[in-house]
Amino acid sequence: MTAPIKDYLKRSTGFHAARWAEPVVCEMTGTGRRGIVFDDAPAPTLPGTAMRKVAPALPEITEHDALRHYLHLSQMTMGMMGVSLFGTCTMKYNPRIGERAALEHLRNLHPLQDASTLQGVLELYDNFSDFLCEVSGMDQFVFQAGGGADAAYTHACVTRAYHASRGELQQRDQIITTIQTHPCSPATANTAGFEVITLTLEENGYPSLEQLKSVVGPRTAALMVNNPDDMGIYNPDIKEWVRIVHEAGGLCFYDHANFNGVMSRLRARELGFDACMYMLHKTFGAPKGGGGPAVGAYGCAEHLVPFLPSPLVVKDGDSYRLDDDRPDSIGRVREFWGNAPQVLKAYAWARAMGAEGLREAADISVLSNNYMDKRLGEVRGVTRSNPDITVPRMEMTRHSVEKVTQDTGITIFEISIRMTDFGIDALWLSHEPWLVAEPFTPEAGELWSKEDIDYWIDVFEHVVTEAYENPEIVRTAPHNAPIHQLTTALDEPDQWATTWRAYQRKHVS
Amino acid sequence: MTKPHPWMANSGGDAKQQMLAAVGAQDVEALFVQVPADHRMQRPLDLPPQLASEVALSRHLDDLMAKNETCADNLSFLGAGAWPHYVPAICDEVVGRYEWQTSVFGAPTSDHGRNQAWFEFTSQIGALVEMDFVGLPVYSWGCAIGHSVRMASRITGRKRVLIPAIMDPERLSVLENYCAPTEMERHIEIVTVAIGADGCIDRDDLRAKADDSIAAIYFETPSYHGVIEGNPAELCQIARDAGAEAIVGVDPLSLGLLEAPGAYGATIAVGPTQPLGVHMYAGGGVGGFIASPDEEKYAREYNTLNVSISQTRQQGEFGFGLTLFHQSSYGMRDEGKDWTGNSVYLWSLANAAYMAAMGPEGFAEIGRLIMARAGSAAQAINALDGASVDLSRPIFKEFVVQFADHDVATINDALRQRGIFGGKDITGEAGITGAAALFCVTETHTPDDIDRLVTALKEVLA
Amino acid sequence: MTRLGLIVNPVAGLGGAMARKGSDEPDMVQRAALAGRDLVSPVRAARALRAFQALSDAPVLCGVVRPDGSPDMPLLSGAYGTAQDTRDVVRDMQGQVDLILFAGGDGTARDICAANAGGIPVLGIPSGVKMHSGVFARSPERAGQMAARFLSDTAQRTEAVEILDIDEEARRAGRLSARLYTVARTPLDSSGARQNPKAGGTDPVGEMDATLASYARRMRDDTLYILGPGMTMAALKQRLGGGTLLGVDLAQCGQIIARDVDEDALLSAIAGRNVRIGLTVVGGQGFVLGRGNQQISARVLRNAGLPPIDVICGADKLAALHPQELTIDTGDPALDAEMAGYWPVMTGPARHQVMKVVP
Repeated sequence: MTAPIKDYLKRSTGFHAARWAEPVVCEMTGTGRRGIVFDDAPAPTLPGTAMRKVAPALPEITEHDALRHYLHLSQMTMGMMGVSLFGTCTMKYNPRIGERAALEHLRNLHPLQDASTLQGVLELYDNFSDFLCEVSGMDQFVFQAGGGADAAYTHACVTRAYHASRGELQQRDQIITTIQTHPCSPATANTAGFEVITLTLEENGYPSLEQLKSVVGPRTAALMVNNPDDMGIYNPDIKEWVRIVHEAGGLCFYDHANFNGVMSRLRARELGFDACMYMLHKTFGAPKGGGGPAVGAYGCAEHLVPFLPSPLVVKDGDSYRLDDDRPDSIGRVREFWGNAPQVLKAYAWARAMGAEGLREAADISVLSNNYMDKRLGEVRGVTRSNPDITVPRMEMTRHSVEKVTQDTGITIFEISIRMTDFGIDALWLSHEPWLVAEPFTPEAGELWSKEDIDYWIDVFEHVVTEAYENPEIVRTAPHNAPIHQLTTALDEPDQWATTWRAYQRKHVS
Repeated sequence: MTKPHPWMANSGGDAKQQMLAAVGAQDVEALFVQVPADHRMQRPLDLPPQLASEVALSRHLDDLMAKNETCADNLSFLGAGAWPHYVPAICDEVVGRYEWQTSVFGAPTSDHGRNQAWFEFTSQIGALVEMDFVGLPVYSWGCAIGHSVRMASRITGRKRVLIPAIMDPERLSVLENYCAPTEMERHIEIVTVAIGADGCIDRDDLRAKADDSIAAIYFETPSYHGVIEGNPAELCQIARDAGAEAIVGVDPLSLGLLEAPGAYGATIAVGPTQPLGVHMYAGGGVGGFIASPDEEKYAREYNTLNVSISQTRQQGEFGFGLTLFHQSSYGMRDEGKDWTGNSVYLWSLANAAYMAAMGPEGFAEIGRLIMARAGSAAQAINALDGASVDLSRPIFKEFVVQFADHDVATINDALRQRGIFGGKDITGEAGITGAAALFCVTETHTPDDIDRLVTALKEVLA
Repeated sequence: MTRLGLIVNPVAGLGGAMARKGSDEPDMVQRAALAGRDLVSPVRAARALRAFQALSDAPVLCGVVRPDGSPDMPLLSGAYGTAQDTRDVVRDMQGQVDLILFAGGDGTARDICAANAGGIPVLGIPSGVKMHSGVFARSPERAGQMAARFLSDTAQRTEAVEILDIDEEARRAGRLSARLYTVARTPLDSSGARQNPKAGGTDPVGEMDATLASYARRMRDDTLYILGPGMTMAALKQRLGGGTLLGVDLAQCGQIIARDVDEDALLSAIAGRNVRIGLTVVGGQGFVLGRGNQQISARVLRNAGLPPIDVICGADKLAALHPQELTIDTGDPALDAEMAGYWPVMTGPARHQVMKVVP
């Protein structure tokens, strides 16, 4: 299945995922077995009614059983073991050297240790802040945010603090975004208490300047946007956008979720942005972990530095300290100062790439996407979003199988699931709302070989052909997965069960 | 590029040429026509030299990290949000798996194993807190408090929350951000409730403040200062009588010993996940959980991703898929419940393995051990001249040491000279008069370690 | 015992093939036969039925014509081809079936709903030329599967959707004209099977509830509100004491004060008043003014001094518009041009989406 081999689909004898038919761990109770033991200690005297009456209903298994069980489960997880071109997430290699270094060097550090004992990790933070400042043109980076959305939230908090410091927070209660901006921007702006104004795409694939001008004004607190968007379209007016928002007194935040294609060619600060965000678990090679621990590295220009979350790593001569005495700071968006292991892994990735590696990665990711565009355009029933925009897209493109669905009734969901039968992990479709029907959004990135990409497209084409010729096999997929299609109506209150307790109550008794 | 890069397949061979030929472009630059010239950086990036060779990179990382001193090289008594618990070797092996580390939004069928492990995380948390609905973890305990307070506000339509006057400043700062500044129309007002001399919430003050404007009462047991609440049911009752949610913060490692919040009337339980098999990682190991009854009024307010067990097309087979996805910000953008994004899901796999290996008896045993070790440390320190611990307070894992004659910075500097990281300096914090430190003692501290601390403190205080 | 009602409108789907926009004209069947066309809807109904019967053994009561391949299926009526025939069958099905599954288009949906006195849930097999209404499944197979799931669901959960149609004469004259006819109940779709760009599926009015609450809270006592037709507006009117679904109503001080008013009544009501207009988007063509609310005429707008207009509409409905624009047609091109531009549309309690508005 590791397929840097030409025409692998033709010669493959057939992928099949591991199938361990593993029970739920909660079924393994009441055996009297132990997985971990500790020294004995006397039962303490507890006040009032503090003592637990009924022991928790947890498994009773040996250490070996616990290990086997979870290794079996890991083996029934495709992750990037096959080929995954999951758009917007920039599936790149997660170097094991970073993993080893983080485990060896960071696991036994406590965030409240005296700064004199944290010089290595603080220097790491300072070095990597410098690195990202050069990449973005910003003046300071912080790593407290536990993900990209948390960095967007950080920006919403910084926006509050900035306008509050000028006595304008009550007046500036609106944040402007676009429909193609990742949902985390409007969601965090809303959570932070702002009204959200969403701009709609127009003919060119992005909102017009006139549309922006129609809403910018004294209530504008900030603009929060992606660019390019995840249809691969770059907004060439973005500098003018920033100028217009600045003129009205608002801040501009650049969600650099889609940075891979423009690395080394664009700097957020040079476009005028006040702040930006990189996802270290996407663009900078730290593992995604199925959803974190992640880091939204938040960077800003000097005028916003006072508002950054605390503590801030500060260099004093040859040594580093954590500055928590910052009166204008927004405080914490999360306890302590961030996911240090992920920072180390991203730093390791970035150092291994260097300036020339970043340029090469950007080049390859845009080239590979355009190569995919070309080949996918030749697949029956596949169309591209904004077909009028014929210039090359950036590092990803939104496509549609609407025609296939109309012809065959087979949807993109079903195609995506069927592809997993060939070791291709599920596709990224689109964020809500779906502006393009039956969408999918692959992103090749720089990791995968041309043969991997070809295999992906070959499988896609094969499944589309199946949709026309043998739709039943697509509709009933997967066939080579650890399990079969789910059938419970999980959004029904009497059906869903997020714990074994709930399952027992609703479905067993 | 001088050599093909090990992490970029198409940097070697003629793949780039083949792809350029296929798309009909002269060079890669031609593919960037969308980006206007005046948007472009006008010079190459000025970055430290490339370290493409793993041996060079490894050496560089080792050299950099060697400048740290760790809690393994030293004897540490720091806790307060990141705790030195033993992490079983199987937990490291489990979270190190590349399949899990590289998974993202696979299908429930292709990423089946991870989804099942997620469900086993929520199920075992549910067993510990005795609640039926548990979400996937959020960034941290503080974030779990923030989200749960916002849940309570949406459920009750009220905009005020009561919290203990003594709370971990880290968590409090996070909560303040989640509640927004007062200039914002939708902000949630935070009101503090007095803490009595016994270290517990002052009932009279709580009753006086728990009126029908209150969305929730939040309290912790054990508290920030390690104090075990003797009658948490009473506090929950006061909340419910006011029509408010009773949100309780708990240390999951205490729950083999201490009563489950679901059993004494809490309506939402939150807490940290780092104690369950995750290293401290300089604070990068933290995570938080949220649990509640499985009622729609709660379930429909979760901002987390939620995984449910399901039947499949094959009789008797289990699968695990997302439920209530639509209410997240992925489904509803700004109308979603707060926001949802990457969190600390990898750690939930370590948590699941940890809880499974521990079992009911493991939790009971570790609870007793932690109480015994922490209690003996508190007693020994209290016996020292110049240091005192309020031994009348029942404590779990953490306790406050008051120093009579020295400030904590001086004491901790002196301890560090002796290879010991003293407790967190909490001088000047709410509820503290004079010099004080919060010491943390867990199952990782041996009686010899405690003797060593006491001996060192005696010297330092002399 | 649950039972499925199946209605196949045999003439549905012919308009497009014959370069017409719909098949409402009575001689269409004959003309189709003349043109040697195969009927579309019986074939699509048969596809749906196969999918249905794979999952359900509930009996099927069939009206008008049988789906292809089911020669023995009991039939309620043999007359077919006109709207009246469809209505007669629906009347006969009242009390007999738990769900009406039909093969047709918007016109068929409209005819079914007009005669569906008992409010039986309705689900469409996409077979028509125009399918702007919210009742249509994504494909015939999905319609059959949804029907089977619905009948086996003890709760038989439904949601409300709008039934729209386009004014055929206007359309043949080259003008777009979507009209909202009524609201129907359709099986709640939590799997994305219905023809809807949104993956999830909850009650759209429910989703808009917080928006409407916030709008109602901010209504000013010194202002007269002109509230247009549509499900969203009807839900708002419900908060103000109840108003009409299809009409234009007036509200003041948090109360509906007049229902289903015409242009003359509007003109007299607005004289000397502070006026605001509340509207929602009607249909797949994105009309906010000029369709279904023609009472709010150019004269009304001018006499009121071009009052502020609040458009309230779910973001999913906006996302389904192609192109991503709203349309106004007051009958006065100069006024349309003056009012065109970018309008903020309320999509949530603290949320607006800006939409380009074109004449």
